[in-house]
Amino acid sequence: MSLQQLLLMRHEWILIASVLILLGFELNFSEEKKSNSIVVAAILFAIVTLVGFLPAATGSIFGGMYITDPLRILMKNILNLGVLIVFLQSGSWLRTKINYNRVTEFYLLILTSVIGLNFMISSGHFLMFYLGLELLTIPIAAAASYDQFKSKSAEAGIKLILSAAFSSAILLFGLSILYGASGSMYFQEVKFSVDLLQVLGFVFFFSGIAFKISIVPFHLWTADVYEGSPTNVTSYLSVVSKGAAIFVLILLLVTLFEPLRQVWQQVIYGTAIFTMTIGNLFAIRQQNLKRFLAFSSIAQAGFILLGVIGGSALGMASVIYFVLVYVFSNLAAFGVVIAIEENAGKVNMDDYNGLYKTNPRLSLVMMLALFSLAGIPPLAGFFGKFFLFTAAAEGGYYVLLFIAVMNTIISLYYYLLVVKAMFINKNDLPVGYFQSDYFTRVALSACVVGILVVGFYSPVFEYIQKLCFNYFNL
Amino acid sequence: MVEQVPLNHALIITTLMFFIGVYGFLTRKNLITMLISVEIMLNAVNLNFVFFDNYLFPGKLEGHFFSIFIIAIAAAEAAVAIAIFISLYRNIRSIDVEEANTMKH
Repeated sequence: MSLQQLLLMRHEWILIASVLILLGFELNFSEEKKSNSIVVAAILFAIVTLVGFLPAATGSIFGGMYITDPLRILMKNILNLGVLIVFLQSGSWLRTKINYNRVTEFYLLILTSVIGLNFMISSGHFLMFYLGLELLTIPIAAAASYDQFKSKSAEAGIKLILSAAFSSAILLFGLSILYGASGSMYFQEVKFSVDLLQVLGFVFFFSGIAFKISIVPFHLWTADVYEGSPTNVTSYLSVVSKGAAIFVLILLLVTLFEPLRQVWQQVIYGTAIFTMTIGNLFAIRQQNLKRFLAFSSIAQAGFILLGVIGGSALGMASVIYFVLVYVFSNLAAFGVVIAIEENAGKVNMDDYNGLYKTNPRLSLVMMLALFSLAGIPPLAGFFGKFFLFTAAAEGGYYVLLFIAVMNTIISLYYYLLVVKAMFINKNDLPVGYFQSDYFTRVALSACVVGILVVGFYSPVFEYIQKLCFNYFNL
Repeated sequence: MVEQVPLNHALIITTLMFFIGVYGFLTRKNLITMLISVEIMLNAVNLNFVFFDNYLFPGKLEGHFFSIFIIAIAAAEAAVAIAIFISLYRNIRSIDVEEANTMKH
């Protein structure tokens, strides 16, 4: 194997290298200096992200087990941006006294999980896909139970690992049926057709992935895990791990499962309606902001399914664009929640009453993030939703589109509840003024720039669309 | 020479095993038993792969490789899961799912 071929796996190599470098630092730092790895990890991951954007070759190695092309690289880069923001936001939490000697563990777990998701996106064989999926999930379960003195955190870890194990067992059962029906596991060799056995296998396979994206009826773990985990892990789970699962789902549906199109369109039609509606209705009654964002992210997954259902190049482009916007808006919202939780220890909606009086800038960031999630016009979230709806309309799903628009209105109500709490509600004892640390401010500014720029700067969408059309014409 | 078992019978066994695992996962209250139920599901999948390999595609070995990987990953998963169980036990002195209910909507 030549060096040229090995360089196709550039994203993975550099991540593995940064895990090793971080381990080396961890061994050499003395007990009091462990928090240095916050800076080291941020710099390492910034390098990873930058290298990811360099031009890369297309090809496949290991006999077709590993595939790379510009579209997959774009997906990895989008998720890398998300991970970088998560890393920047977690500095202040890791500096707290209770975490002082195990800071590096958090970064190692997240980095390992990122390696897994890169392999999963690039997989060309069901074995690679499965290995990537497990490598994505198992470290996150450990990270979810990172707060070892909180029973909630352990509970979240248990709920995550058991539902992940259960869902991957279901997925594997589907895979074994598909293998029996087709006789191969290479994506290039597999040829599916509509018969009862393969439809059964596909339904099992889809249920396994639906657990990861938390599509209704497989969403029950989401709220509990999101509430119990440390908020930084929650933001990783809700943005990066969910985004990776969505990317893989759409890649597999339009290539591998193309012959089963009739089947998966029906499956997604039903689940999309339930996911949007149930996510939104449950979000209304949440008081804890982490649970609130959990249900809002379930509802967003339902909107994303609108782009998936058409299975067209435009649908794919709209999904990728929406995930890019979602990375920025959701991480901005989580960034504010993290900052307030770190400084005041409060996560309930009532505690946000009167936040604008004491922390105007944080309130503005939160407002922009929630407006973008709700899809209010000048912000990127509006364009994201607009393209998703266009893709669904292109496929002729007008009833589904109507339900989606109704759901957008419901979601506007509960997003505005938080904005109302911050700007209008009176509070005698609001969260006091505080200055968050440098990294958090950089991360939040990056999110705000993303929310504003990605919407207005049209070359972003045009670039994504071009890659998607190329992918379809291969 | 003993007559070979038909593939149908083998598949009935694995499917039964799989759904016994699902039933156990959904009804058991003890976390360790739930983990065992997941292992039963995974073993049903392993058998499925091996049967398909032997009966339908002899000499291909892809299914065999897959089942070995599943065994390895199941072990990793069990290791992490049990570590988290211990962490929960330290906090609430129990590994019963009914006790792990501090979060409800």
